[in-house]
Amino acid sequence: MDWDFFIELGLGGLTRGSIYALIAIGYTMVYGIIELINFAHGEIYMLGAFTGLIVAGVMGVYGFPVFAILLMAIVIAVLYCAAYGYTMEKVAYKPLRGAARLSPLISAIGMSLFLQNYIILAQTSDFLPFPELIPDFEFMEPVAHIFGSTDLVIVVASSVSMLALTLFIKFTKMGKAMRATAQNRKMAMLLGINADKIISTTFIIGSSLAALGGVLVSTHSGQLNFMIGFIAGVKAFTAAVLGGIGSIPGAMLGGLFLGLTESYAAGYISSDYEDVFAFSLLVIFLIFRPSGILGKAPVEKV
Amino acid sequence: MQGLKQSIIASLWFMFLTFPIMVVRVNTIENTIEWRWMNLAYVGVGIFFISYVWRWALARKEAKQYETESTTKQKKQLWLSRAMEEPAVARPALAAIFALSVALPLLVTTYQTNIFISFLLYVVLGLGLNIIVGVAGLLFLGHAAFYAIGAYSYALLNHYFGIGFWVALPLGGLFACLGGIMLAFPVLRLRGDYLAIVTLGFGEIVRLVLENWSSLTGGPSGISNIDRPGLFGVELSVADANIYIYYIVLALAIITIISVQRLKDSRIGRALQALREDEIACQAMGIDRVNVKLMAFGLGTAWAGFAGVIFAAKTTFINPASFTFMESAIILSIVVLGGMGSNLGVILGSAFLVLMPEYLRAFSEYRMIIFASAMVLMMVFRPQGLIAPKGRKYHIDDPDLVQKGDS
Repeated sequence: MDWDFFIELGLGGLTRGSIYALIAIGYTMVYGIIELINFAHGEIYMLGAFTGLIVAGVMGVYGFPVFAILLMAIVIAVLYCAAYGYTMEKVAYKPLRGAARLSPLISAIGMSLFLQNYIILAQTSDFLPFPELIPDFEFMEPVAHIFGSTDLVIVVASSVSMLALTLFIKFTKMGKAMRATAQNRKMAMLLGINADKIISTTFIIGSSLAALGGVLVSTHSGQLNFMIGFIAGVKAFTAAVLGGIGSIPGAMLGGLFLGLTESYAAGYISSDYEDVFAFSLLVIFLIFRPSGILGKAPVEKV
Repeated sequence: MQGLKQSIIASLWFMFLTFPIMVVRVNTIENTIEWRWMNLAYVGVGIFFISYVWRWALARKEAKQYETESTTKQKKQLWLSRAMEEPAVARPALAAIFALSVALPLLVTTYQTNIFISFLLYVVLGLGLNIIVGVAGLLFLGHAAFYAIGAYSYALLNHYFGIGFWVALPLGGLFACLGGIMLAFPVLRLRGDYLAIVTLGFGEIVRLVLENWSSLTGGPSGISNIDRPGLFGVELSVADANIYIYYIVLALAIITIISVQRLKDSRIGRALQALREDEIACQAMGIDRVNVKLMAFGLGTAWAGFAGVIFAAKTTFINPASFTFMESAIILSIVVLGGMGSNLGVILGSAFLVLMPEYLRAFSEYRMIIFASAMVLMMVFRPQGLIAPKGRKYHIDDPDLVQKGDS
């Protein structure tokens, strides 16, 4: 067996998986709390990438150092996407609380179409080049061809933010309130938890992580356009389901699992059918273990 | 005063929100920045007025919720659906619509006929999906896959075996129906969102296989030069063939409307509705859940197959790009916007979603954004759809039976 190839694919899958996990958290948190598949989440990721590009472009023209550009691009993209996520929830989902199951889903699809066309209108529908913001580290030299500095930054940034999120959920008062709301919203409200605030926070956190992912992936791939959100969204969503939708550690595990599976399947079987493997995995999982790797089976009330 | 303050805050917030995307446009290759400050002013003024309308509409919606049952009863149905229940109105109206739709290709240009063909195709697709989503209550996000199966069965049969349109039409429906049943088997146990996700995954798998199986399907470039439908060996010009297809799809739409309407009142249709209302109670009443679900998928997807065959015949060229998830989402939107379970609703919904973007071409740049906002607004302010679905009421007129029931 060719171990070099095996490790190369594994590292590729790791980068991919951390990104999926980062975006999947947004899906899983929203689903855990209001049982809504937020189809517009992928578009938030795309908006993050665009905001990052604009910041990088403006700062690049004024000649800032690359490191400052990267930092500012991430910070501003995260802030803006948090604001977008917050506003989106207020406009498209909040008036629909308590409506039939399908209405928020359609509203989300409408929202995602809206954001795509907003970008087409205000920016462009073409592919845009994204400047390389992460310079090569010296010490990465021996392995740079398979795992460059950008990959390292992606893996580290997503691990750190996921760790921070886990600690936040576990130890802060807000995190506790979130867990309570996810378990039983009505009961949490009776106990004095402001559910509206919790839902807004959920959208803000999810959108920030998606924005981080958007900026990092765009500097990795070097290009972006208005469609990138859809594909990333569907993949991240698959990851959320694999891990057990509603569970945050599940989203991380599901993301990694999906990234590695895709990478190995593309390497050893056929790279054309890479996405088919992802979706087949989704279908197989849903049929045999619909609650995902870490999810609980839903209790059927009669 | 309160309203003014809120509107100002809203417009400032949106000016902040849209600032980077609307105002700045960078060119990273030539290192130039384009500042478009006027856009900021447009957003501010626009949002200021929209926020007034938004609050007014929300207040109105809230007020409606507190109306009593008796006052809402008459208002609840749209005048259109009330009018359609009066035979004196409905019959002449239906006759007029039928006459108009038959005469239509003679009145309008080829381009407009084309739009109406796609409108009618969406009516058929929407009615098919309505059986699954509206009547049986199974959330289904992969309708485009079966549309694709229909289209590709005709395209492949035509390309490799030279089979004509009229033979392919029933075959396309059959293949889609078989595909629907095949999908239904593994997902029998799932419901709600999980079902939606599996069907989404299935739809994407079908599309990706079509895209990557290049030796059979031509891959992303698709299949071209598909034969147009034949008319007893008569050679038709392109414009005439278009009109001919219009009549075929009109006939199909009418057949679909009639059969779906009949289906809803049939034994199977009632079983489907029982499944929607309560799956467990439905099983307890002795309805075979497996059969009913298979039937729902089979009956719904077959129409997508028929529509697919006609679509392939109309465009004479198909590729996987026509059958993306967005297509499924749009068909689902037709069903939900029109009012789930209502056939008239589906027709209005497709008119809204297909004809509106076409006729908004004057604002071509803005049409998709108007369309998307309409989807969100519709859900926020009228989530039950244009035509609210209403259950069928059953009466017992025989006084003896009523008394027996009481005792």
